[in-house]
Amino acid sequence: MKPSVVPPLLVPALPRRRFVQGLAAGGVLLGLPSWGRAGGPPQPATRTGSATVLSGTEFNLEIGETPVDFTGRARMATTVNGSLPAPTLRWREGDTVTLRVRNRLKEPTSIHWHGIILPFQMDGVPGISFPGIAPGETFTYRFKVQQSGTYWYHSHSGMQEATGVYGALIIDPLRADPVAADREHVVLLSDWTDEDPMRVLAKLKMQGDYYNTNQPTAVDFFRDAARMGPRAAFDQRRMWNEMRMSPTDLADLSADVLTYLMNGTTPAGNWTGLFRPGERVRLRFINGAAHTFYDVRIPGVELVVVQADGVNVEPVTVDEFRFGPGETYDVLVQPKEDACTIYAQSMDRTGYACGTLATRAGLRAPVPAPDPAQWLSMADMMGAMGADTAAATHGGGDAAVAGMNHGAGMSHGGAMPPRQHGGMAGMDHGAMPAAGAGTPVRHARSEYGASTDMRVDMPRTRLDDPGVGLRDNGRRVLTLADLRTLDGAMDPRGAEREIELHLTGNMERYAWSFDGVEYGKSTPVHFRHGERVRVILHNDTMMTHPMHLHGMWSELETPGGEFLARRHTIPVQPAQRISFLVTADAPGRWAWHCHLMLHMDAGMFREVVVA
Amino acid sequence: MTAAHRTWGTPAMAYRTLRLLRAAAVGAATLLPAPASAQAHGGMDHGARPMQGGSAPPDARDPDAYSGGYVRNAGKYALPASQALAMSDQHRFGAVLVDRLEYVRARGHEWAAYEGEAWYGTTYDRAVIKAEGEVASGKLAESKTQLLWRHALSTFWDTELGLRFDHGHAEPNRQWLAVGFKGLAPYWFEVDATAYAGPGGRTALGLKAEYDILLTRKLYLQPSVELNLYGKRDAQRGIGSGLADGTAGLRLKYEITRQLVPYVGVEWASTFGKTADYAREAGEPRHETRFVAGMSLRF
Repeated sequence: MKPSVVPPLLVPALPRRRFVQGLAAGGVLLGLPSWGRAGGPPQPATRTGSATVLSGTEFNLEIGETPVDFTGRARMATTVNGSLPAPTLRWREGDTVTLRVRNRLKEPTSIHWHGIILPFQMDGVPGISFPGIAPGETFTYRFKVQQSGTYWYHSHSGMQEATGVYGALIIDPLRADPVAADREHVVLLSDWTDEDPMRVLAKLKMQGDYYNTNQPTAVDFFRDAARMGPRAAFDQRRMWNEMRMSPTDLADLSADVLTYLMNGTTPAGNWTGLFRPGERVRLRFINGAAHTFYDVRIPGVELVVVQADGVNVEPVTVDEFRFGPGETYDVLVQPKEDACTIYAQSMDRTGYACGTLATRAGLRAPVPAPDPAQWLSMADMMGAMGADTAAATHGGGDAAVAGMNHGAGMSHGGAMPPRQHGGMAGMDHGAMPAAGAGTPVRHARSEYGASTDMRVDMPRTRLDDPGVGLRDNGRRVLTLADLRTLDGAMDPRGAEREIELHLTGNMERYAWSFDGVEYGKSTPVHFRHGERVRVILHNDTMMTHPMHLHGMWSELETPGGEFLARRHTIPVQPAQRISFLVTADAPGRWAWHCHLMLHMDAGMFREVVVA
Repeated sequence: MTAAHRTWGTPAMAYRTLRLLRAAAVGAATLLPAPASAQAHGGMDHGARPMQGGSAPPDARDPDAYSGGYVRNAGKYALPASQALAMSDQHRFGAVLVDRLEYVRARGHEWAAYEGEAWYGTTYDRAVIKAEGEVASGKLAESKTQLLWRHALSTFWDTELGLRFDHGHAEPNRQWLAVGFKGLAPYWFEVDATAYAGPGGRTALGLKAEYDILLTRKLYLQPSVELNLYGKRDAQRGIGSGLADGTAGLRLKYEITRQLVPYVGVEWASTFGKTADYAREAGEPRHETRFVAGMSLRF
């Protein structure tokens, strides 16, 4: 797909507001010249908004190109059955489903069923699970559905995940659903770029901070110097500048190039989900964005989180949650007003997706302004050492170091096992735990070259830090430490062995990898069939990576080894070290990668062999 | 330069520029990925291992240790290599970066100058064409063009190896073998240092450094310095041995988009030693202040 028809240099910059707000009518094209295919039949516009629901056991999906216009510039999207998002598929646990996927694109395509347990040949990763679907061909997926909950599906080919091939997947449980609600809505968040995503990646290869429009300036310095004194302002910058790292490197892509969508609708389009007063509404939040972490809240409404990644959890009441591409959260809400805003600001605070829950169409509630963007803290760069250093330098609570004085307790986090929920009775709090995130850090020898820009020796291990931009914001923010899968771990066995992998990158070169080795140079990770293995992911970068293992569950644990939650996608924060257990019960070859699409594509990707 | 690094400068920037130049002049060794430099500058010497650079300790983990002998695209459950998944880490990208395309005015004379590079390749190995020169009265007065292989050596540093071609109007052309490094020094200084060797025992050293001071998100000030040294006199081209010429520039740039950045600026150019004598003989001044206006472009 080559959506760029005019050299971008010659196009006057759009008013920023239009990028942030988008056009109200995303899919409708007015006065669009015949697009691309000369003499061909006129193409119907892409359907946007809440997707059609298809249910049953037989599905026919057709992937093709249809036009969209989210910003005032007509572009081609890749869509499933002409819809963005793709149709919502509704399956039933225990059924065998058959999905015939026809490729009407000029390039290969695929569908990956994100989070679904199935035979590896049905997993839909070209080059690993199957050859992909060539233009004109149809591939038939068939497998037994062994789980229930909220999931999603998307293309795993090229950049189609960014250009529209994603949709919700809802599996109704065989037995009664423990989550009782009067009505439900899918809230699928995504992001759209008018540029060819490959061109976006090329620009990042040219300049790693190409889309970061929030770099510290001299004006910022003088303002900080006036506020906190020149010395403190200088110190705050010194380490970053010495290390050639940016404290505002919160997201590679910003509203400069993205338009944020809720159910395929721009903020101006105001997607609306209806409810009757007094009803309990289940919202199935899916982050189907290519590259955006969202911070989601509904001002004035409590969110009761009941499910994470399709797996029911003990209900936990919060005001806000952050989730990355690939993750899902089911939330129960009971709005008291006639209209309230579902507000999802991007992690870098350059924009937001939003919509309305309303008792009738046309109602709107106030839309908040994005929070001010915070700098990454020293702890985000250096882990526990950063916290200690900052505490030593600034007396622990100096406002000079953004993020350091925050409630996440990072100054006593780090390599020591923190007390978590009183569930670690009998643990010696002074000693390193023998396993998991508290084990000594071992960098790979390939982490000392051009592919990495930093290594963290004393990582943060606490899971109750909501992350940069959410610390101490006055709202109750969900953290990984709050999650408790209802029925406990799927496998009572402890780990037979440990695998330690580091998440690595070089922002300057825009290179991303595991252990400093990109996919193309890597060897697979081997899980012995049937084993229970502990995976330690150690983040040697300053970005949060939503890590998605295909085919098997990732059972997240505390630093002390206490089971928390069964996930398919686990976000690992900057300078953080987390661990989870995997039961390697799915023979075959599987993908394992960061779900930020450009990180994945740049090489933060491994093949897993279960044999 | 490959990327506009725009941070705001420290008050002691002038001092740092001098320090940097001194370091560059001492040679590549001081700035190359050497752990000593990275550690000292990295500020990570809190009694712990450095966070950047350095070399792997002998007991560092083997990144292939978990493979169990498996490889991609062969063996159990694998698809054949012809169907291998290839992602962008194996893709070749390219870019054209025009750093200076400018009108220059000095002593009542005016001419045009250009400097830029185009690269094509992977993240770690690229073919690079660097070009700079001056055009006066519609003629190419002077040009320096290099064809280089750029290899990523460490986190922030690349090596460059290749050829340089000098062309001068009414002057003999010169060819050189080029060996250099470029990269990003602590505090975001862009540095380019290249040594040259040519037929007849000719040698040369070119040093460049550049810094971006971000005044606002769009407006930045870019000081730059350039020095050229020669090992041997080249009378035909008016070059003496030792430090031959130097330029210091200050450009105020406004980023309309990342790709289109107009600017105005001033440049101070000097010749030194025997080169200055040649210049005087040719009726040119030793020092010159130039006013420049132009734009940076990138594709």
